[in-house]
Amino acid sequence: MISSNWIAFRTIIFKETVRILRIWTQTLLPSAITSVLYFIIFGKIIGDRVGSMVGIGYIEFIAPGLILMAVITNSYGNVSSSFFSSKFQRNVEEMLVSPASEHVIILGYAAGGILRGSIVGLIVTVISMIFTKLQVFDLLIIVSMVLLTAMLFSLAGLVNALLASKFDDIGIIPTFILTPLNYLGGIFFSISMLPEFWQKVAALNPVLYMVNTFRYGFLGVSDTSITFSFVFLGLVVLALYLLSMKLFISGKGMRN
Amino acid sequence: MNALSIQNLSKQYTNGHVALDNVSLQVKEGDFFGLLGPNGAGKSTLIGILTSIVRKTSGNVSVFDKNIDVDFPAARSLLGVVPQEFNFNLFEKVWQVLVFQAGYYGVNRKTALGKVEELLSRLGLHEQRNSSVRMLSGGMKRRLMIARALIHSPRLLILDEPTAGVDVELRHLTWKFVDEINKNGVTIILTTHYLEEAENLCKNIAIIDNGKIIENTSTKNLLRQLDNQTIELELSTRLKTPPVLNDFSIELSDTTTLKIQCSRKADINSLFTMLSKKKIKVIGMLNRSARLEELFVKITGKG
Ligand SMILES: Nc1ncnc2c1ncn2[C@@H]1O[C@H](COP(=O)(O)OP(=O)(O)OP(=O)(O)O)[C@@H](O)[C@H]1O
Ligand SMILES: [Mg+2]
Repeated sequence: MISSNWIAFRTIIFKETVRILRIWTQTLLPSAITSVLYFIIFGKIIGDRVGSMVGIGYIEFIAPGLILMAVITNSYGNVSSSFFSSKFQRNVEEMLVSPASEHVIILGYAAGGILRGSIVGLIVTVISMIFTKLQVFDLLIIVSMVLLTAMLFSLAGLVNALLASKFDDIGIIPTFILTPLNYLGGIFFSISMLPEFWQKVAALNPVLYMVNTFRYGFLGVSDTSITFSFVFLGLVVLALYLLSMKLFISGKGMRN
Repeated sequence: MNALSIQNLSKQYTNGHVALDNVSLQVKEGDFFGLLGPNGAGKSTLIGILTSIVRKTSGNVSVFDKNIDVDFPAARSLLGVVPQEFNFNLFEKVWQVLVFQAGYYGVNRKTALGKVEELLSRLGLHEQRNSSVRMLSGGMKRRLMIARALIHSPRLLILDEPTAGVDVELRHLTWKFVDEINKNGVTIILTTHYLEEAENLCKNIAIIDNGKIIENTSTKNLLRQLDNQTIELELSTRLKTPPVLNDFSIELSDTTTLKIQCSRKADINSLFTMLSKKKIKVIGMLNRSARLEELFVKITGKG
């Protein structure tokens, strides 16, 4: 059974890869374009006036956050739209009738999201290197934070898709939750600049920990504790995994 | 061994509708089993439960003695299903649909690719191998669903109206194909509204109506219950009124066609003798008994 679950897992990843490449103008291109705009407008035009942030050139300061934002939106978007459309077209039944376990399906889709998040993250990293010199302080932290972030938002995207009953439902969360979390997650500023009360509010935002830890991997500076970030994000991943498992078993919108 | 064993199966949908009411049914290994019934009888609900797409309210189901709740990976591997409605990812290519489906069942890629070639050729879809599903015609999609159901070599194949909307030629091709599959040892359960199809293919038939099995017997037995037949005669003589003969109810469909109803035991010779006497020349004869159809109407009270 282990080997057939392994084949099923690989199949889902392969299927997701085919999808990502088939519609690359929707999956890979948009973040590349927006990141170029961010680097030009915030990095160059505005950044030149801002000067430095916590002693670091502004464009260097925002580069890690922009990379991670691409990872976040793409891993989330991949799973929410791919899984929801398989629910909508009912081809999710191809998996439901098979012996593949719920774990395999959840992990397969999460891996698909991680894959797209990582590819786009890499594309944006390459773009950022045109605009600034990225130094690497701790590669292990960089890579593990990308994977953890992508995993977390892939699972969040899956939860969204499992709950959604129409296409609008998978557009709402990115607009009303994901974008604010990203913008308030310390991509463009250091939270030490915020008034004390807002610093406390910001501390509840998981994106803050991701961005700061990820930035630490490049620059060696962070507003938050690295260990705490990994533990906290690990717990969020676990919670989202259990939630998606629960929703999957309930079978809403999939099994009558 | 039973390929399928259903005990006291009931299904009440969340809106309160009872689609299956205490159904028990056995299908023997190697059988070609027809599940017939009018629209809304509960056929697809029953099939949905077997494939886990529909959740049962109560009862027990085993596929080759594997309980679908307890030993679900084994039970699901033994089962292949062609659903009534298309449920493809329309953007995938034909070969991808099959290889992905094989993968979910744990079939490795190499084995799957071999099977893809075989099934696509046998089902006349080889030219469409690299087309995306949305480019296929309805009939091609139906055949692709059959290929998809067989990609992991199941021992029980369930076909929910596999020939709906399929033209005559293709329907015959499908019949021939599933018949071969059955001869190779795969047990088949088929639902259809074409009674001719059930009559030709099925060894045993169950009729379901309002969520209850109301008949479950061999096709032969079922047809034996029929005592009437309809014969159509084509004439070269034009008639204005139909001839009259005891034991035969004769109608004139048009001036040169007679529609005759009689018992299966009636003496047809006497019919011809009478027609000869009246100098009515017969040039063609058809047995018009849609046999199963008549029976169906009789049993379910629906036409
Ligand atoms: N999801 C659902 N919720 C509520 N009722 C349902 C649902 N699906 C089916 N039904 C009802 O259950 C009954 C059986 O439906 P089912 O699809 O099993 O019939 P069927 O025998 O397959 O009919 P057909 O020949 O038209 O395909 C019908 O009355 C139908 O309206
Ligand atoms: Mg049906």
